[in-house]
Amino acid sequence: MHEFAVCQDMLQQIEAIAAREQATAVDVVTVRIGPLSGIEAHLLIQAFPLAAAGTVAEQAELVVEALPIKVKCQLCGAETEAKPNRLICGQCGDYHTQLLSGDEMLLASLELLKEPLEAIHV
Amino acid sequence: MCDTCGCNITHANQHLVKPGGKLSRVEDGREAVTVLKNLLSENDHVAGHNREHFDRHGVLAINLMSSPGSGKTALLEASVELLKDKFRIAVIEGDLETENDADRIRARGVPAIQISTGSACHLDAHMVHDALHELSLDGLDIIFIENVGNLVCPASFDLGQHHNVTLLSTTEGDDKPAKYPVMFRAADLMLLTKADLLAVLDDFDPAKAETCLRNLANPAPVIALSAKTGDGLQDWVNWLEQAVSAQQDRIKTGTTRRPAIQPDGAQLHAHG
Repeated sequence: MHEFAVCQDMLQQIEAIAAREQATAVDVVTVRIGPLSGIEAHLLIQAFPLAAAGTVAEQAELVVEALPIKVKCQLCGAETEAKPNRLICGQCGDYHTQLLSGDEMLLASLELLKEPLEAIHV
Repeated sequence: MCDTCGCNITHANQHLVKPGGKLSRVEDGREAVTVLKNLLSENDHVAGHNREHFDRHGVLAINLMSSPGSGKTALLEASVELLKDKFRIAVIEGDLETENDADRIRARGVPAIQISTGSACHLDAHMVHDALHELSLDGLDIIFIENVGNLVCPASFDLGQHHNVTLLSTTEGDDKPAKYPVMFRAADLMLLTKADLLAVLDDFDPAKAETCLRNLANPAPVIALSAKTGDGLQDWVNWLEQAVSAQQDRIKTGTTRRPAIQPDGAQLHAHG
């Protein structure tokens, strides 16, 4: 369970961006997670409010976009979907494959508020 | 860039402005920022700093990962005996509590820094950075970082190492790479430890363990060894000697090496 540590690291980044953009608050945080990143989406969502407490992202919603695992075979060239513990080519079965997608842990985007919250809801 | 003609919409953020996308409900005082950086970029920044520090001193850094009790410290003890006449070694030990492992290494005449992580289940680059303040790298050839015993979390944190070495002990079962793919995918070398027990364990098949590793598309070499009997240790020493020599070549050319699989390798194929 290192999702809390991941959140803390991510929040340092978020706080730096929010300060740079002179935002008053972060409304939405969107991340992209692949199954091979070692991060569990539901644990990240649980950990986020705890890690975000007292930060500029305290009220933010965390949106997790799950990405599929895709590999490209270096032998036959096929691009196939794969499972976390079976990353071989779905076409010819060779293990010399390159991961095209599936290990991402990206902070994709932030939605920032630049006015006090009250102003938005008028 | 303005919000009127659409010149602020790029390939990377266009999904945000499509109906239902984040920016489709943009109001006054609200702004979307595309980041596309690794979640752990703060950690990675410090890890890069650690790696530069190792490279500047010509030291090879090896991150040892495994479950608790698979024999990381026993392997280091045996390795120190075999390597100490040839290389200068130091060890960073990671555990939740106690100085036990560092004491075992120091008893062999090798400097060891213990990181007590408290309740943290892995080492991160900041912890290693702090430990490096207590250790002189001058004249060192190899630094081993013994990660917290855990087959899950340590795989996600770059420490600044050049190689990941993952241990799988024969008592754990030959299907561990299939059960813990993130960890074993990150291995540059897999060591099957406690190989002396293979004689009495009829349910551990080294070939099956290797097949599970290959199923992760990992071409890493596999060495079976026993720190207790010494069997296979020479293959491990040979691998280390090659790694040290490759590191010395890299120093001459001003290049570095990162473990084969890095979490932020994801950035290379980030989708817009």
